[in-house]
Amino acid sequence: MTATLERPRTGGSPVVRRRKQSWQRTLYWVATHALGIAMGVMFTLPVLLVLLTSFMQSDQAMTASIWPDVWHIENFAEVFKRAPMLTYMLNSLLYSLLATLGILLSAVPAAYALAKLKWRGQNLAFMLVVVAMMLPPQVTIVPLFDLWVRMGLTGTLVPLIVPYFLFDAFSIFLLRQFFLTIPKDYLDAAKIDGCSEFRVLTRVVVPMAKPGIAAAAMFCFLFTWNDYFGPLLYTAENRDSWTLSLAIASFRGMHHVEWNLTMAATVLTLLPAIVLFVVAQKSLVKGITFTGVKG
Amino acid sequence: MTATLSRPDTDPAPVPAKGLGRVRSRRRWVVAGFLGPAVLGFLIFFGYPLVATVYYSFTRYDLINAPQWIGFDNYVRMFTTEPLIGTAAYNTLWLVIVLTICRVLFALGVASVISRLKRGVGLIRTLCYMPALAPPAAATLVFVFVFNPEFGPINRFLRWVGVEGPLWFSDPAWSKPSLTLLVLWGSGELMIVILAALLDVPHELHEAAALDGAGPARRFWHITLPSISPVLLFGVVNSMIFALQFFTQAVVAASAASGQSDVAGSTQYIGAPQNTTLTYPIWLYVQGFRYSNMGYAAAMAVLLFVVSAAFTLVLVRQLRKASHVEESA
Repeated sequence: MTATLERPRTGGSPVVRRRKQSWQRTLYWVATHALGIAMGVMFTLPVLLVLLTSFMQSDQAMTASIWPDVWHIENFAEVFKRAPMLTYMLNSLLYSLLATLGILLSAVPAAYALAKLKWRGQNLAFMLVVVAMMLPPQVTIVPLFDLWVRMGLTGTLVPLIVPYFLFDAFSIFLLRQFFLTIPKDYLDAAKIDGCSEFRVLTRVVVPMAKPGIAAAAMFCFLFTWNDYFGPLLYTAENRDSWTLSLAIASFRGMHHVEWNLTMAATVLTLLPAIVLFVVAQKSLVKGITFTGVKG
Repeated sequence: MTATLSRPDTDPAPVPAKGLGRVRSRRRWVVAGFLGPAVLGFLIFFGYPLVATVYYSFTRYDLINAPQWIGFDNYVRMFTTEPLIGTAAYNTLWLVIVLTICRVLFALGVASVISRLKRGVGLIRTLCYMPALAPPAAATLVFVFVFNPEFGPINRFLRWVGVEGPLWFSDPAWSKPSLTLLVLWGSGELMIVILAALLDVPHELHEAAALDGAGPARRFWHITLPSISPVLLFGVVNSMIFALQFFTQAVVAASAASGQSDVAGSTQYIGAPQNTTLTYPIWLYVQGFRYSNMGYAAAMAVLLFVVSAAFTLVLVRQLRKASHVEESA
């Protein structure tokens, strides 16, 4: 799992290099780069269009124009006036931040036990984690919903957050993959020096796996920020507990003529993900390649 | 001053048996301490509901009155009388097949173009990956806007080149392909996994084959593909499981394209147009949580469990193979 995403720039062997004619190589270079740029545009264009539309006037948003005639920055203020966006944002933040805190407390030790301690049933436990990670959430919701109803906690964010403090299969899986790459020698050295397993975890493993833990935390944040099914299930009845993802889906229903406002609200929902990505691209990419299976 | 610098010669293993036992039982407690919360969480949020779902699937249950045992009625109804579940299962099957094939091929295509770039790799990779981070609900709105039949830029462009574009999300024939396009746009994660695998293919193999006179197509077929086949298999199974759970995009697209529903409040537009976006998980949700047929929803969940578990087993085997390689390396 040590794949880097940059190709080593060693060039080919001289024999191969000589065989290729230079105009052919230039053509190939131009073709692949043109294709690459086209791909970049294809992936970016929709977001750009949405961004531009979010600044337009209501009627202009429904016409063929791409560039706003007049830049209506107040569209964004209008979004906050039309819907309690601030409440939705705070709910989303609460859900995402607490869930992230939850996996740090619960998934880190569990992943350590799976990766670095030896015990009977370890392989079986890992398989159960993978199975839990892969099963659609719909499989288990009937009894779970029932459980939370009986506790009187539906309509709040509690049913969404609490599970993260105990068991989140994806985080455990991802962290285990990271912990596996830490050489055993470091842990043995710490143990010979008299560290307890707990101290080994907090003083050796956690500092060494910081990028991995950061990646797991960001995935957890993104997943919960993007989550639609969970909030729909547990908070649909109570508008005060709605998250941004849930609210954005209804926004269009409430203001269906005003695409400019809908798009402004969409931009607000996209923003944290984009910011997080710009800030933490490396960790995220590393995390993704760790979830894949090595070739 | 007779201290020697060599280790004192205490034999390595004269630890009394009792002490060893104590060490072992302490280790057991350590493991239990690390795993405790996870085991508890697994039992509450996974073990218990899995068993309970099977029980509920044999009952009639509306959350208010106590579950009432009705034997196999839910299953019988599922396979015989209820028409929409067939539609839902068909839609999900369509997605499992088409979406999986398209997603893996598309991610492979994008990744192999990026792997050939010499300049601007970082930027283009970033741009291709970015949509994968967008909240699905928001990304769906983006697409419903961009693919708007009247004023959306796609149809405008098509009109400009002289083609009348389809109604996309509002056309029963185009709704699922439109959802597929939306998913492809956000498949950056798979793309990065495949990209990493592509860059891991040893350079020397390609050079050796090139010296033997193999063209790019042959090298791709005989060297690249076999080298990355485990990752492609991961992509296939991963995409199938993704398609089996397909929910958010379909719900939001249906209601946003039809224009006036409150997504959290009404079932009126779910599956629009003409139930072509009604997936199996959506129908499960509607049955259980809108119509309060919890028992029936549980029966649907059991079937979903069986199918997903089959796919998951393939993936688990794949992962185990990979982790064995890792541990022996």
